[in-house]
Amino acid sequence: MHRIIQKEQLSEQVYMMRVDAPLIAQARQPGQFIILQVDTNFGERIPLTISDASAEEGWIRIIFQSVGGTTIKLSQLEEGDEVAAVLGPLGHPTHIENFGHAVCVGGGIGVAPMYPIAKALKEAGNRLTVIIGARSRELVILEADMRAIADELIVVTDDGSYGRKALVTEPLKELCESEDRPDIAVAIGPPIMMKFCAETTRPYNVHTVVSLNTIMVDGTGMCGGCRVTVGGETKFVCVDGPEFDGHKVDFDNMMKRLQSYKTQEDKARHLCKMDKVADELIEKGQS
Amino acid sequence: MSHKSPAELRSEAAEILKDLQGLEKIRNRDRLAIPQQEMPSQDPVARGHNMYEVTYGYFEEQARVEAERCLQCRNAPCVQGCPVRIDIPRFIKHIAEGDYDASLAVIRETSLLPSICGRVCPQENQCQEYCTLGKSLKDVFKSVSIGRLERFVADWGAGITGLPEEKLREENPLPPSARESIDASGASPLEGAVRRSIPEVKPATGRKVAVIGSGPASITVAADVRREGHEVTIFEAFHKPGGVMVYGIPEFRLPKKIVEDELHTLEEMGVEIRTNFLVGQTRKLKQLLEEDGYHAVFIGTGAGLPRFMHIDGENLVGVFSANEFLTRSNLMKAYDRNRADTPIFIPRRVAVLGGGNVAMDAARTAIRIGAEKVFVIYRRSRVEMPARAEEVDHCEEEGAEFMLLKNPTRILGNEDQHVVGIEVLDYELGEPDDSGRRRPVPIPGSESIIDLDTVIVSIGNDSNPLITRTTPELDASKWGNILTDEHGRTSMPNVFAGGDIVLGAATVILAMGEGRKAAAAINRMLAGEPDPETEPAEDRSAAAEE
Repeated sequence: MHRIIQKEQLSEQVYMMRVDAPLIAQARQPGQFIILQVDTNFGERIPLTISDASAEEGWIRIIFQSVGGTTIKLSQLEEGDEVAAVLGPLGHPTHIENFGHAVCVGGGIGVAPMYPIAKALKEAGNRLTVIIGARSRELVILEADMRAIADELIVVTDDGSYGRKALVTEPLKELCESEDRPDIAVAIGPPIMMKFCAETTRPYNVHTVVSLNTIMVDGTGMCGGCRVTVGGETKFVCVDGPEFDGHKVDFDNMMKRLQSYKTQEDKARHLCKMDKVADELIEKGQS
Repeated sequence: MSHKSPAELRSEAAEILKDLQGLEKIRNRDRLAIPQQEMPSQDPVARGHNMYEVTYGYFEEQARVEAERCLQCRNAPCVQGCPVRIDIPRFIKHIAEGDYDASLAVIRETSLLPSICGRVCPQENQCQEYCTLGKSLKDVFKSVSIGRLERFVADWGAGITGLPEEKLREENPLPPSARESIDASGASPLEGAVRRSIPEVKPATGRKVAVIGSGPASITVAADVRREGHEVTIFEAFHKPGGVMVYGIPEFRLPKKIVEDELHTLEEMGVEIRTNFLVGQTRKLKQLLEEDGYHAVFIGTGAGLPRFMHIDGENLVGVFSANEFLTRSNLMKAYDRNRADTPIFIPRRVAVLGGGNVAMDAARTAIRIGAEKVFVIYRRSRVEMPARAEEVDHCEEEGAEFMLLKNPTRILGNEDQHVVGIEVLDYELGEPDDSGRRRPVPIPGSESIIDLDTVIVSIGNDSNPLITRTTPELDASKWGNILTDEHGRTSMPNVFAGGDIVLGAATVILAMGEGRKAAAAINRMLAGEPDPETEPAEDRSAAAEE
């Protein structure tokens, strides 16, 4: 059903895939996500944001880091293989309008879901500044794609191996303080990065949208596992989000909830890696 | 309550049957004296370690004896209690005569899913509540066991209860590792489905009907509409069809094999089932009608948005909706820890909040995956629990502790935001409320704290917002329930709805009954026949809003 038509390894743990999904490609809008399963019998359902799509050609692009049981198994699939289940597009699309000056901050793998949003903001007439942050040079993704649409592109790395040695919050703060204060900021990345982006813009009253990637089972409002506290109220990321006002999200609670199954996931990851090692050993033995 | 082994129950029934057959005529006095046949079930301790179905179903001898308890009342009050009006005395009479084919045929006149309804219907609030025998014995629980008899003939019809030896497998209690032996399809060791009959389908009409959701209401509509020769596509958001019967109700209460068989029958009738398709998101409802060539749409998306209590601490780590907990265990098979990728939080001390069937399912699942202590906290008393009496009994037998007349006031967490306890307030029963149940009244200053690491919230579901949000043409109540007339027609032309999305959280049989009505209306519409009365749906939806 959902054939992988292109696979590329972007860095040690980061993979890009284009997957056949004509209906989703047609319906999706920036900011929406899918739920994916590698095996529908015992497999897990995981949410992944759509990082690009072509309605004409009928594919969606996903970019993911092989860090959990399912993403490791997904990374082991090859071009031509089928992804067992893809459900979507889910969640509300990003609210796009001409705000004036829009700043898009993507951290690590968060640059992938940011891309369609940044593109839509640009197409709506915004002046677009993109900040890409990564731990080091090899983890910077989609730089060329972003450069093609951004009026200004700032790349920062934690270790200074590429671009400026800084955290994403530093150029963000400078922008807020400058004459050229953003009218809107969108931040997508690890929860801690989104939290600090929101803290950075708060004193300057720059409306800041964050896209949350919480634990989910169904993605349709049924389980409530994805719930977060936003402005003191409980919200479901799947049907109320995935985007929220970053100044209102209780990130500390969200980060704790993300760790709910940590012990079990560590075990799964370990087993997956062991499987891979075993396969490689068998292959070597055969050749 | 002492647990009788299936073998004992069977031989007792055989004795009684012999005595009854020796009588020249069975008088009503004799019928009143026949002991109610107990449901054979797995030993309570053994079953706390496996996911297999708890009850085995009647032996043939038991069914025959139980059927003789029926007084064959001419006015059949039981039928009034059945949402789909099964001719109960008639199907029971056939059992007493040993003609199970005829019995099943009677049930099938009005009910589509007897093997499911026989297991999950709250009979004590439906048919059995009105049973004359129960009234004569002054105990609704002494009524004729209509549900068990229904299950008996349904299973017999499906070939599930073929061999009595199979029922005696509790003589070899399942080891704790039994869950590992549940095969890859996740099915229980139930044998059967060898005699499924495929309903006849009329010649193709060229009309297409979309059915959204694949729970009991949708299955009913799909079958009834397909039989008329219309093309039917079921759209299901999950990767497996079956709705609440698959994600919600656990294997130990409703084996998935039974639901799979029903869905398989639909497929053999030519119904197409499209999984991983969320109408409203993947395609809008309007697109199905305007672009994809569907002539009618039935919405049976259920009550899928868990309610929370809105108390402090509800978003702590270790607080789950029953939906999440059960979906992980049932649909995602997280209880099978060696094979399932989906993790489940293994509770040590857990409180389940609520007193419905879902609460019982969650408590009993927690026991099965290894919880040391399971509390069920409910703010009324035991008789007011909305769960089926049998599930409440089973839950208690399996070791859950009921904390009644208590209501949580807040959930306590540690510095890591993990649950460490719950504060509850004691209640007493006051005056009856609108529902006729005595209203629980809090006792000020009676707070106490229970140490816990897990809380499962099971206080009901609201309607899922996805369809109504993406289909502005649909009129809905302020609670999000789609408004329909008595034929299941919505405010949108050619669009029908039924089941929990209309009723609010209800039961399988009610959903099925709604589905039947909507299917009949769809069939009439597609055949170009007028409805019995032609009052437009808008009028009534407007009235219902008030």
